Amino acid sequence: MKAARRGLIGAIGLFLYAPIFVLIVFSFNASKSQMVWGGFTLSWYGDLFRDNLVLSSLYTTLSIGVLASALSSVIGTAAAIGFHAMRRKPRGVCLQVNNIPVVNPDIITGVSFRLLFVVFLSLFAAIGLDLQLGFVSLLLAHMSFCIPYVILSVLPKLGQMGANVYEAALDLGAHPLAALRKAVLPEIMPGVVSGFIISFTLSIDDFMISYFTSGTAVQTLPVTIYSMTRKRISPEINALSTIMFLSVLLLLILVNVLQSKDTKKHKRT
Amino acid sequence: MVSRRLKWLAAPYILWMGVFVVSPLVIVTFFAFTARDGGFGLDNFLQLRAFAPVFARSFYLAFLATAVCLLLGYPFAYALSRESARVQGAALLLVMLPMWMNFLLRTYAWMNILENNGLINRFLGNFGIGPLQLINTQGAVVLGMVYNYLPFMILPVFTVIQKIHASLIEAAQDLGGNARVVFARVVFPLSLPGVLSGITMVFVPSASTFIISKLLGGGKVLLLGDLIEMQFLGNAYNLHLGSAISIVMMLLVVLCMTVMNRFGDRGDVIYV
Amino acid sequence: MKKALSVAALALTAALALTACAGGPRIIVYNWGEYFDEELNAAFTKETGVKVVYRTFDTNEILYASMKSGGVAYDVIIPSDYMVGLLIEEDMLQPLDKGKLSNYGDVMEMYRDLEYDPGGRYSVPYMTGSVGIIYNTTKVTKPVESWDILWDPDYEGQIIIFDNSRDALGIALKKLGYSFNTTSENELREALAALIEQKPLLQAKMMDQIFDKLTSGAAAIGTYYAGDFIEMRKDNPDLAFVWPKEGTNVFVDAFCIPKNAKNPDGAHMYIDYMCRAESGLANVDVTGYSTPLQSVYEQLDEDWLEDGISYPEGGILQYGEVFKSLPKATRELYDRLWTDYNAAS
Repeated sequence: MKAARRGLIGAIGLFLYAPIFVLIVFSFNASKSQMVWGGFTLSWYGDLFRDNLVLSSLYTTLSIGVLASALSSVIGTAAAIGFHAMRRKPRGVCLQVNNIPVVNPDIITGVSFRLLFVVFLSLFAAIGLDLQLGFVSLLLAHMSFCIPYVILSVLPKLGQMGANVYEAALDLGAHPLAALRKAVLPEIMPGVVSGFIISFTLSIDDFMISYFTSGTAVQTLPVTIYSMTRKRISPEINALSTIMFLSVLLLLILVNVLQSKDTKKHKRT
Repeated sequence: MVSRRLKWLAAPYILWMGVFVVSPLVIVTFFAFTARDGGFGLDNFLQLRAFAPVFARSFYLAFLATAVCLLLGYPFAYALSRESARVQGAALLLVMLPMWMNFLLRTYAWMNILENNGLINRFLGNFGIGPLQLINTQGAVVLGMVYNYLPFMILPVFTVIQKIHASLIEAAQDLGGNARVVFARVVFPLSLPGVLSGITMVFVPSASTFIISKLLGGGKVLLLGDLIEMQFLGNAYNLHLGSAISIVMMLLVVLCMTVMNRFGDRGDVIYV
Repeated sequence: MKKALSVAALALTAALALTACAGGPRIIVYNWGEYFDEELNAAFTKETGVKVVYRTFDTNEILYASMKSGGVAYDVIIPSDYMVGLLIEEDMLQPLDKGKLSNYGDVMEMYRDLEYDPGGRYSVPYMTGSVGIIYNTTKVTKPVESWDILWDPDYEGQIIIFDNSRDALGIALKKLGYSFNTTSENELREALAALIEQKPLLQAKMMDQIFDKLTSGAAAIGTYYAGDFIEMRKDNPDLAFVWPKEGTNVFVDAFCIPKNAKNPDGAHMYIDYMCRAESGLANVDVTGYSTPLQSVYEQLDEDWLEDGISYPEGGILQYGEVFKSLPKATRELYDRLWTDYNAAS
């Protein structure tokens, strides 16, 4: 029984990792072919680091990711606190609307943003403002699909918080802002942090919405990867995959090590 | 009592939702009901009848992918739930890890494996089999969906199964239930919420993808996503038709999810 | 600690927001994929100080959709003949200032006054070329003379065609004996029927990926460009190139400056730079396409001239039919037919 169980787990693991393993192996292939081994090389990695498009889109992806998740965390946390303070009915409506980008297929969100920007830009053009799709439109679009997740991860924490925490702080003479910062925020911080992390991962991984809202001059990495897959095969993609895989692996190991250290510490005290 | 004054903190975001959630949908609806030359009407929707096969194909392939994910993911999640916490932690990490790599790269990986002179066909060639037509088929597209979205099935199912209290299972066993009965009467019904959210999380992106069909379908397996993309940024520029297809797709997805939530005991969908 | 972290986060945010807006003069260039020596961009920047944001598209139709739906302002684009014509018609290009194009005189006489852009007011030819059938001689043993070979059931699963409406429908039109530029709905519908009939035989339809598919032997027969064939044959000597007897598409791709270009001066400098003999030679070397520049042509190695495909006597344009810009009704019909074709199973 146990062997069968382990076998199943192993088989699915193999299914998930075999393709990635193949990608990684062929990133060191001296021949351009993805099928025949032509000797070992690191030259595709060199090409990758000299590829301006890849580097600039990596930069765009990271900066959009940091900005979008930071701003989304602020707006989303504020909105969650606000929603929490509302009466049942209006809160229900707000949450329904908030859920739309979560539930909608990404492609619909993407094309609807595109139309929104197209309409807005032509309105701006009519009053003599000539703007382009680019960094700002990307950022706005990314924030729009990140904020709902921040709200969804902060709201439960607000529910767990004592109902009177804020009032009590006010009664004790705290300034409303200070009451929020010193009494409410610490209570919901885990939700804010996980909202931030979810936003950041969603943002750097997003293709669909960036594809429809980025114009052409500013591209995120996934959009660049897409254009690479549409051309002649270049093992640069394999090199890129390898680097991404290894960085994610390292990150996860790091997080795990830190976490287990943390729990050990807690156990001791 | 919660302080009502704090509700004003939601004001900026409510404004934001007005601009970035509600108005895009209004604009899409507006485009869907107008023609290229500006006239109002249902023309775009009437055209959609010609695309019934595409709707059918998208939902059929997404259904297949979801079914395969369930068949692979459920036993996996169940098997995993019986393992020690250490194994669980490691296995979950292994399941999540590929998700952090961009899905374009994950899909790209299969292109070379399935190619006519790719690894599988080369391997089979050693035994005098093939070459088989693997890439650019519907099967390849379903494979791509399963590969990309399988973790979306495993994670919610596992989360729910793991929460089923061991004492419940023991109680069922004590009452004389054999393994099969315990599973059918206790574990499976209790895991349904996870299954439902897994189904949603696999089905929706599968039905609306255009990348997987482009990379693994060779432009031959057209899905709804491709049809929409073609109208917006591709080879047949017609924003109005694209909007109409989007609206119908959105309604169908909402319909599917409503039916599914009815079907389950609990109305809410869990997002991981 | 927390404070330091939030200050750091704020500073990072501000820095990112600022650098996103920074930068000197730049131009955005939008060209076909796999169609340029990209090292020239760096050389151009080094000489002029103008940064080049270089992006690529797959098909003329994608370029059109991207410009039409708004929100982008390219400085230099390189569409093909009929698309140049359409963009002129829709008032989306600006007339070029020939005074700023010191190397324009090097463009061969026969490419200066073409139907899509009379008098060459809006465009400077970049490359010319032709479409043909490329096939693997070890797998295709029948004689390849006609477009019909792409409809031959013996090669089921081995055939690849272009993934865009104008090329695909055009090939079907030619096979049926019609003109590429027909506006007859009946003829176009016949062409659509032929394509749908062919669909089960196809391995795929794609654009730049055709190159690898044919050179690696993953497919036996496909439509592609003469220029790339030269490169492909180096990788795979079994490949052969044919102009089908019904006639083929010959084309000119040309530099243009869109009306809403942000940096038309930089765009002129760029076009002029690419019309230098050194640039032209570098591009011929990388792409294999045929140059319209006289001095480049004179400096070419002998073997470029031998094959009779790249530089046939009297210029390529006599050897096939050029796509023309079509009336609006026909263009919309193309979009419609192409959607229907893709939807068909």
